Amino acid sequence: MATETAVPASGGGIGLTTREKKILKDPLWDNNPITFQILGVCSALAVTVQMQTAVVMSMALTTVVAGSGLIISSLREYIPSKIRIIVQLTVIASLVIVVDQVLKAYLFNISKQLSVFVGLIITNCIVMGRAEGFAMSNPPREAFLDGLANGVGYSLILLAVATVREILGNGSWFGIRIVPEFLYAHGYVNNGLMVLAPGAFIIVGLLIWAQRTIMGVEKHD
Amino acid sequence: MNPVKLLEDKIEEARPLFEKGGKLEKLYPLFEAKETFLLSPATVTTGGTHVRDALDMKRLMIMVVAAILPTFFAGSYNVGLQALLAQGLSTDFISCMATGLMVTVPIVITSYAVGGFWEVTFALVRRHEINEGFLVTGLLFPLTLPPSIPLWMVAVGVSFGVVLGKEVFGGTGMNILNPALTARAFVFFAYPASISGDRVWVAGKALIFDKIFPFFTYSNESFVDGFSGATPLLVSASQKNGDVAAALGNAGFTLKQAFLGSIPGSIGETSTMACLIGAYILIVTGVGSWRIMVSCVAGALAMAALMNGVAGPESAGIMHLPGMWHLMLGGFMFGTVFMATDPVSAARTERGKIIYGLLIGALAVLIRSVNPAYPEGVMLAILFLNILAPLIDYTVMQGHFARRKAWRGAKNV
Repeated sequence: MATETAVPASGGGIGLTTREKKILKDPLWDNNPITFQILGVCSALAVTVQMQTAVVMSMALTTVVAGSGLIISSLREYIPSKIRIIVQLTVIASLVIVVDQVLKAYLFNISKQLSVFVGLIITNCIVMGRAEGFAMSNPPREAFLDGLANGVGYSLILLAVATVREILGNGSWFGIRIVPEFLYAHGYVNNGLMVLAPGAFIIVGLLIWAQRTIMGVEKHD
Repeated sequence: MNPVKLLEDKIEEARPLFEKGGKLEKLYPLFEAKETFLLSPATVTTGGTHVRDALDMKRLMIMVVAAILPTFFAGSYNVGLQALLAQGLSTDFISCMATGLMVTVPIVITSYAVGGFWEVTFALVRRHEINEGFLVTGLLFPLTLPPSIPLWMVAVGVSFGVVLGKEVFGGTGMNILNPALTARAFVFFAYPASISGDRVWVAGKALIFDKIFPFFTYSNESFVDGFSGATPLLVSASQKNGDVAAALGNAGFTLKQAFLGSIPGSIGETSTMACLIGAYILIVTGVGSWRIMVSCVAGALAMAALMNGVAGPESAGIMHLPGMWHLMLGGFMFGTVFMATDPVSAARTERGKIIYGLLIGALAVLIRSVNPAYPEGVMLAILFLNILAPLIDYTVMQGHFARRKAWRGAKNV
């Protein structure tokens, strides 16, 4: 079941085929992992209080999902279908450990702030979903591009949510004060709800609302 | 000439402009709102059975507004009274009322203006009618706020309540949660310092001035020096042990004051008497459900009795608070009469309403008693039961089906 390739892989040149362009474009908007498939919401709530953590988390997840796509797709002919989930998990877990160690070595403070959430990339539905749903049945090059695009789609939403949350909840962006002092002097107060997880839920909900309004509901059902 | 006839003619004259193909077709909801607000519309239902009744949505909502007004005026009077007392000024009726209205009217106007803006915007975009339900939400929400609330928070809160509490679900009648309480919950969690604590309940003189000219003056100390206006609930919650009624008495609160409403608190919630007048209006006109109100009170009394029973000498004062006090203090009566009975978000089956009410009352007192973070629990209890209401209805109906089936089986029909 894992060996089916509908379209022959492109000749290895730099130019992208139409199919590859579609693979790259879809997860950014039309089929966004967070706002359309509603996957990976847990980490989107947890790490978006500040921009800094959101950026690092985005890069970590994009690396893992692209890397695991590439590796699992390369192995797909040799993975027995009965134990495929275990093999996928092993690959993903190895990548997560590498990412985690790199963060600990070079970005220790942010790594501490992200705490368990880097480790929890293993259980992120986007990574498992792409591995099982795409990498197992498509050639490595496409699986890599698919992972990359899904990671970027996830990152876009994460950064949007973190932007709103940090500005409204903390008055800053990347730690730089955005809301001017005189507003505070006139009684402006940071929105405490944005720092709590429900604030992220509301922002993600608003993004989904905006996306469905722009795309039209029919396209969804 | 008959003025009503004149009005009718004017409206008929303008009608083609707003109907399909007319120049101002997009503004039809505004036209419709004005027409039905001023006149009884001539539209009739077509096909099928229908009930003929003079009570439509507009009359119903206006009845609720009428029931809320006593709490508004009692609350305004009390806001003035507390402010003048804090400043040591004379507290005759006229100056209390005038001072109070100077604080409460801007809050209500802000709520109506901003909320109304969203309501009309969604009506125009979604092409549905402007609904009078907003007249209720727009008045209920400010009454749940402390008088010292900054106006911009009122605006943000009511926007959240109308847009995310109601319109995202499809407008009036489709909302899961009570929009006014959703708005309050938003403000409560977003700006906790402005809506709870012991320094927000009394509007000082400088503050009143700030409200009218928000951009010209800024006073860091909005309160008279040395004044701290803890609400009775806060007093009972922070009373560590012993006789809570005595502690309340020491703080200057009596049960009679709590009933009449001359204690610090949110604008509309202080006067239990005014809430009872509202309850009377709602029950007599059949607009509000007496089952919900009565069972809320019963649930609260039962839970208070239980709490009093299990409270030891070491437990917080609020555990010892008698049930009667629970009914008089905080937003209990206000929530029970005006929020819990919201026909959209409450349970709909008769048996379900009783379960729903009992759970609200019990949960409200439970949160007050055992959760140290929230001295008040009515808002959270009602919102929680709003979410459970469909489940309660479902269970009640399934039980009904099962009994009917058993009955049929027994009679072998």
